[in-house]
Amino acid sequence: MLASILASGLAAGAIYALVGVTYNTMFSTSRVMSFTAGQLAMLGGVFGSMFMLKLGMPILVGFLLTLLACAVIGIITEFVAVRPVLKSLDQHLYVLSTLALALMIQQVAAIKWGTEPQPFPRLFGLGSGVWDEKFWLPVVACAITILGLEYLYRRTLVGRAFLAIAEDNFAARALGLPERNLRVASYALAGVIGGIAGFSGGELLLAFFANGALLNFYGFVPVALGGLGNNRGAIVGGLALGLFQQAANFLVGGIFSSVAVFTLFIVVLLAAPQGLFGTSTARRV
Amino acid sequence: MTSVTATPAQAETGAIRATLPHVAPFLSILAIAMILPFVSNDYWALIGTRAAIYWVLVSGLNLVVGFAGHLAIGYVALLTLGAYTTSVLVAGNVMPPVPVFVALPIAGCVGAVFGVIVGLPALRLRTFYFAMSTLGFATIVTQIALAWQSVTGGGIGISGPEFPAPFNTPWGFYALCIAIAAFTTWLSANVARSRFGRALIAVRDAEVAAEATGISKPRMLIAIFLLAGALAAIAGGLFASLQTYITPDAFTFDLSVLFFIAILIGGRGSILGPMLGTIILTILPEIAAPLAAWSTFLYAVLLLLIVLVMPGGIAALLDFRNRRPLASNRAIVPRPAALADIVRRSAGGKALALRGITLSFGNVRAIDALDLDVMPGQIHGLIGPNGSGKTTTLNVISGYYAAKAGTMTLGEDALPPGMPALRATRGIARTFQTPRVIGEASVLQNVMIGGSVEGRATFVEALLALPRNAQDERMLAAKARALLGVVGLESLADVRADRLQHSELRFIEIARALMLDPDFLLLDEPAAGLSSDEIERLAGLIKAISARGTGVLLVEHHADLIFDICHQVTVLNLGRTLAAGTPAEIRVHKEVVSAYLGG
Repeated sequence: MLASILASGLAAGAIYALVGVTYNTMFSTSRVMSFTAGQLAMLGGVFGSMFMLKLGMPILVGFLLTLLACAVIGIITEFVAVRPVLKSLDQHLYVLSTLALALMIQQVAAIKWGTEPQPFPRLFGLGSGVWDEKFWLPVVACAITILGLEYLYRRTLVGRAFLAIAEDNFAARALGLPERNLRVASYALAGVIGGIAGFSGGELLLAFFANGALLNFYGFVPVALGGLGNNRGAIVGGLALGLFQQAANFLVGGIFSSVAVFTLFIVVLLAAPQGLFGTSTARRV
Repeated sequence: MTSVTATPAQAETGAIRATLPHVAPFLSILAIAMILPFVSNDYWALIGTRAAIYWVLVSGLNLVVGFAGHLAIGYVALLTLGAYTTSVLVAGNVMPPVPVFVALPIAGCVGAVFGVIVGLPALRLRTFYFAMSTLGFATIVTQIALAWQSVTGGGIGISGPEFPAPFNTPWGFYALCIAIAAFTTWLSANVARSRFGRALIAVRDAEVAAEATGISKPRMLIAIFLLAGALAAIAGGLFASLQTYITPDAFTFDLSVLFFIAILIGGRGSILGPMLGTIILTILPEIAAPLAAWSTFLYAVLLLLIVLVMPGGIAALLDFRNRRPLASNRAIVPRPAALADIVRRSAGGKALALRGITLSFGNVRAIDALDLDVMPGQIHGLIGPNGSGKTTTLNVISGYYAAKAGTMTLGEDALPPGMPALRATRGIARTFQTPRVIGEASVLQNVMIGGSVEGRATFVEALLALPRNAQDERMLAAKARALLGVVGLESLADVRADRLQHSELRFIEIARALMLDPDFLLLDEPAAGLSSDEIERLAGLIKAISARGTGVLLVEHHADLIFDICHQVTVLNLGRTLAAGTPAEIRVHKEVVSAYLGG
């Protein structure tokens, strides 16, 4: 049982962590938490299944097209739901605009794709039991994504520009960084990360429209645990959440695992509002 | 819905004339609801009942979303909870069956408890976090309803409660739901126009200022969450009865979206708007049947449009009063003499003393071992270069920062560090460097906020519009009007505060602070942005305030104003006292002249 808990826990945790990173990537350049993060991961599964099963494309083509489609959705998020409300960030209108867009995405997926969960193809056909690819694929995808992001942020000019904007938007603009373009780029990147989360987790979660809302919540918990914008916190938080949830699932049963996760979420928010790895609040007066 | 407050000075008929325009739309909606049975069929009874039930939930949720500004997007969970609690109690799955009219209040209590649990994160965090916690709750309630088969019947479901005659016919049940909806409208309107409703908006739009006036955010929010949770659960019980048979599928997230969007379409801080929103959104899919599948998509599009194009919602469209242009050449002419007409509540006479106050941010010592005495009835100037710790000192006194070392005393009593919401009851009021005013509320309401701690009616009394609440309202409104006269803004009393000029906002803040009859008034750069005429009038006003026995601590950069009106001046530099004394002494103090005043 321990092996099953570890396998499914790490797999689910890796997906949650990736959705958390999706939230953070959008947040870093715009200070906006977007409800589309979970929907992007949902679309990763739906697009993957559509391209490969419905349209019979090869895995690699399907994968790249999925990421491309998710990146486009990310860019649409920036244009439709983020850019218009950025000038009044303090009113938190983004919560509503991104929620509206997320609902539209979910509803279109429900109507055009169907409200039943549909199968996601086996990608490599490797492994069985607890070593089944559906368990290790998300973990591998998560690890590769993190390494890629680390490389991007530390070694490339674009990545450093992202960091500069995340650190101090005004100073970055004063230095002449193309803030708007970088923000669009970060939303595209967030789309890709969300797509990877959904694609790699497709075999575990299936191609199902309702995954969007679910992943919105379970992907946000690691962000809340780890602190806004903190990718390491999101990864640790995501894996911990996955293990915690699956352990509760195996030990006390399905319903109570979600109750446990929810309770954990509320308790952490009340005890450490800035997250376990977060920094303190800004000045109020 | 900006102001529903009746003025005491006017006669009874005047009060009726003032409230009638606000009540008339509700009465017309009620009249239409009562005509409906005579002009339509059972199909419309169903739709009307549904709209009424939704409104029972939305009327409570509106206080959370529209007034308190907390984005509760998962309230379908509380509807589900209420529906199952009522059904299970009536069916007797767990314990002996109880009559539906007993089960409904029990469901209300359960809903109230869970309303608070779900709302708890809102006490610490706003917006996205709170939205997420309600969304998470919505997700797990459905899962529990599915999995807890022995009680909820799982996916197969359970029969909804049946109401006894005469409520067991479509129109009978309709009448019951309309009656309950009318009652909850009355309840929520009572809260909205009481000091609790204003406090909710204050916490939403000017949280820091709300704390300074002594509004306790946790207590306010818990009261609102109790009410909203109870109403949502009662709506759930009615909903279960309307459905006759409930399964977890009946409670889709789409319903949550409907409730939430009805409020936003209606407009924040309004009751009529969300009511119209609820009715429209309930009827919309019915009259456009082919669109039923796309209804949630349409709601989402509507939400996006509202946010991007018309953030005020229906309420802003209907707010004709605030579209009339204001006079452009208006001048603020305070009448300090009128202060004498306002009864002074406390005797004052205590001195405010700071001893060795030290506060650092990181390695920067913002205040370093500061001693300061402010005497009652005196104006104490606090000046110094930028970054010398003037505003920080005010923030320490008003409790936004807790000093690392040192003591503060007010008369004999120690003033606890931190805890800004406790300052108002101690008689300390303040204004802010950037005016913190509720833009969406009227000027009068903004000033009334300042007297929140003086109200004596409890939340329940306000909810049921008991006499003590009416007394509070009359007292606060009369005092606020009088104070607006004192600061010279009485002609703008009913105007939305965000339409005013910067200098006018400064005087609103002073009027708001005076609502407390403070023993100490802390003014943070009140003359910034004022014309020289206005500064002169401000000087007269401050002198009149201190003449009544209020100690004034004045942070200001206008040296002329300071030297003109202050009895004592303290000069800060780098968090330390550079000099202290009378204006005449300071004016010739060598170091002050070289460090700050300039030769």
